[in-house]
Amino acid sequence: MSWVIDAQGLGKRYGGRWALKGCDLQIPSGHVVGLVGPNGAGKTTLLHLAVGLLAPTAGTLAVLGRAPAADPDQLARVGFVAQDTPTYARLTVADHLRFGRQMNPGWDDTLARQRVAELDLDLDQRAGSLSGGQRAQLALTLAVAKRPELLVLDEPVASLDPLARREFLQRLMEFVAEGEVSVVLSSHLVADLERVCDYLIVLVDSRLQLAGDVDDLLATHRRLVGPRRDPASLPSGQEVIEESHTDRQSTLLVRCDGPVLDPAWTVEELSLEDIVLAYMGQASSTRRARQALEVLS
Amino acid sequence: MIEFHLDSRSGVSPYLQIVQQVRQALRVGMLREGDQLPTVKEVVGQLAINPNTVLKAYRELEHEGLASARPGVGTFVTGSLGAESIAAQGPLRQALQRWIVKARRAGLDDESIEALFRDSFRSTAEEDIA
Amino acid sequence: MIAFSWRQFRTQALIGGAGLVVLGIILLVTGPHLVSIYDTAVAQCRASGGASSDCNNPVISTYSKLQVLATALVLIVPVLIGMFWGAPLIARELETGTFRLAWTQSVSRMRWLLVKLGLVGLASAVVAGLLGLMVTWWYSPIDKVNQNRFGTAAFGLHGFVPAGYALFAFALGATTGLLFRRTLPAMAVTLVGFVVARWSVGFWIRPHFMTPVTKSFGIDPNGALGFSESVAGGSLQFMAGPPDIPNALIVSTGVVNNAGQAPTSAFLQKACPNLPGVNGPPSPVQGGQAKAALSGNGQQAFQQCITTISSKFHEVATYQPANRFWVFQTYETLLFVVASAALAGLCVWWVRRRLS
Repeated sequence: MSWVIDAQGLGKRYGGRWALKGCDLQIPSGHVVGLVGPNGAGKTTLLHLAVGLLAPTAGTLAVLGRAPAADPDQLARVGFVAQDTPTYARLTVADHLRFGRQMNPGWDDTLARQRVAELDLDLDQRAGSLSGGQRAQLALTLAVAKRPELLVLDEPVASLDPLARREFLQRLMEFVAEGEVSVVLSSHLVADLERVCDYLIVLVDSRLQLAGDVDDLLATHRRLVGPRRDPASLPSGQEVIEESHTDRQSTLLVRCDGPVLDPAWTVEELSLEDIVLAYMGQASSTRRARQALEVLS
Repeated sequence: MIEFHLDSRSGVSPYLQIVQQVRQALRVGMLREGDQLPTVKEVVGQLAINPNTVLKAYRELEHEGLASARPGVGTFVTGSLGAESIAAQGPLRQALQRWIVKARRAGLDDESIEALFRDSFRSTAEEDIA
Repeated sequence: MIAFSWRQFRTQALIGGAGLVVLGIILLVTGPHLVSIYDTAVAQCRASGGASSDCNNPVISTYSKLQVLATALVLIVPVLIGMFWGAPLIARELETGTFRLAWTQSVSRMRWLLVKLGLVGLASAVVAGLLGLMVTWWYSPIDKVNQNRFGTAAFGLHGFVPAGYALFAFALGATTGLLFRRTLPAMAVTLVGFVVARWSVGFWIRPHFMTPVTKSFGIDPNGALGFSESVAGGSLQFMAGPPDIPNALIVSTGVVNNAGQAPTSAFLQKACPNLPGVNGPPSPVQGGQAKAALSGNGQQAFQQCITTISSKFHEVATYQPANRFWVFQTYETLLFVVASAALAGLCVWWVRRRLS
């Protein structure tokens, strides 16, 4: 099993603030990985570290087994689309394709032209006058046509209308279906990622909260509803992620190793969004506790 | 060629929905033995879902003997929902209707009946997997 | 990378090139006429013994607007290059975020930077250098009349030194753009920084590229002569304008005796007792005019006064002779080229180590 991204204690500090801290992460290859977290959680920082736009302040990071952006060969293996999909506004679509060809020895021009034709993009149109969705597709084409082993996308659909969003993900999945490529894409909305990702990472407050295979997560997390109970009384192997109680009733969101057999509980399956929200909630209550401790001490 | 759709609110996982849609198509004759199922690329290009989901569905269909993958060519329908299962449906339908009448007489309203059925169905499915 | 750099620079290059071509055509068309005016009018004039200022007029007054335009261009093109070719070079990519696109292609950041700097830097030097040489060629009849091309202001508008200026302005623009990450502040700082550098070099460094020559001259009674009194009062000074050394760079002048001392207030008062208000006008007055301003007696007194001073004092001038002009052009160009290289080195270091 090879890791596309292997981070040990990875951290990045700007002045006094840690944008990313103590990140231990191993992402297996051959997946479409979703990186979820609220704005400011460190997603962009992590992705920029992975493609070599930033250098770590602490810890180590290996991408496809090597240091990020170590040399042109390494740069060729990773494709990147930054947030807001920057393009050269005054250059045409054709200019951008030429740019891709001139800057990447591994450029597949046939693929690039095919995609542009399928997308109905006018080769002579300046990138600045394309719609947001078209620009995103152009940026994706540039990243994809260099035939990378890893594709990294930073909030690629955040500012797109629903139709453009759908079309972007369609083209992306087609590319994934074609060959051996790993994808890491970030979003602050789980709904964007649910359909396309088979591996999920949750990042909150610059720390890693959760990482795992989506099917695995869906299979091991359950909502338990039943009469009021102290969560400590649950058997080991059932870890409470989120709890809420009224005088009569307890609702717990748990991670469990095996089936929940206690008949007192009504056991419900969860959506991916429910699970992510629970872990994000766990993170903020930990942060509040930490802050409370800081006030006291 | 068959086209798939996804109901994101149905609570049924995507790969199962694909399996079910293939089975349904077989049932009504939309798909016949020898027909080619859409390629993984075509499906994900239309639905924007992970290719592994489609692969999983096609593997499940293979496992059930309904389809078979020919490397380099595609995935083709090999079986059919046999007459046996269609034949079995008649008595099952009658048994179910009798049960519903019984439940109504016991005082359950429509919602409770549905909830009871869904719960039991799910817990049986989980037992199957476990 | 080179091809793409060119594509990004193409419009600016075409504008610069077109401007150069248009100016070149204008200069080419008008140049020979200017030369012929010089040859005929001035030669005739001199032969018939007219005053030199009258002889110079036809040349100086021909194409006067074009003269102004040409010198203005040589003056401002380097700093315009710095502001419009240099400042946006990297700052624009940082501002618009396109550096995130450029630095994730299969080209190393270093190569990206060096190609951009090299390509546009070379273009800057070539455009400004050609401009300087073209204008110098066209200006030569006027230079023969004015004979001041080595002067502090005129030096930088002649020869190939504008290439060095432009390269420096470009490097300054690119570096400030990189450090500030914004085009507009970089443009402003480039403008100010370039002006300060140009001015400082012209006034304080250029005169000392080589040890200047020192020579003594007699006091010219028809030159610019005058007296001034210091503000505190009581200290009288005698001043003479620089001697006529054609095409030289005057570093300093002074009126001294054989021992190197300037005339004292006491001496001046004794030497020029009859001059009304020997505490004369605060600024040197053209000798001829001062004489004319005074009445007959006054003129005579002025004449006597100058004769008395000249008996004991002479004018000494420190200057760079005309034959050093091209050596100085080379030195100054090299100075600015080295400064540009240092700035480029700063860019390289910054991009490699710090930009994140």
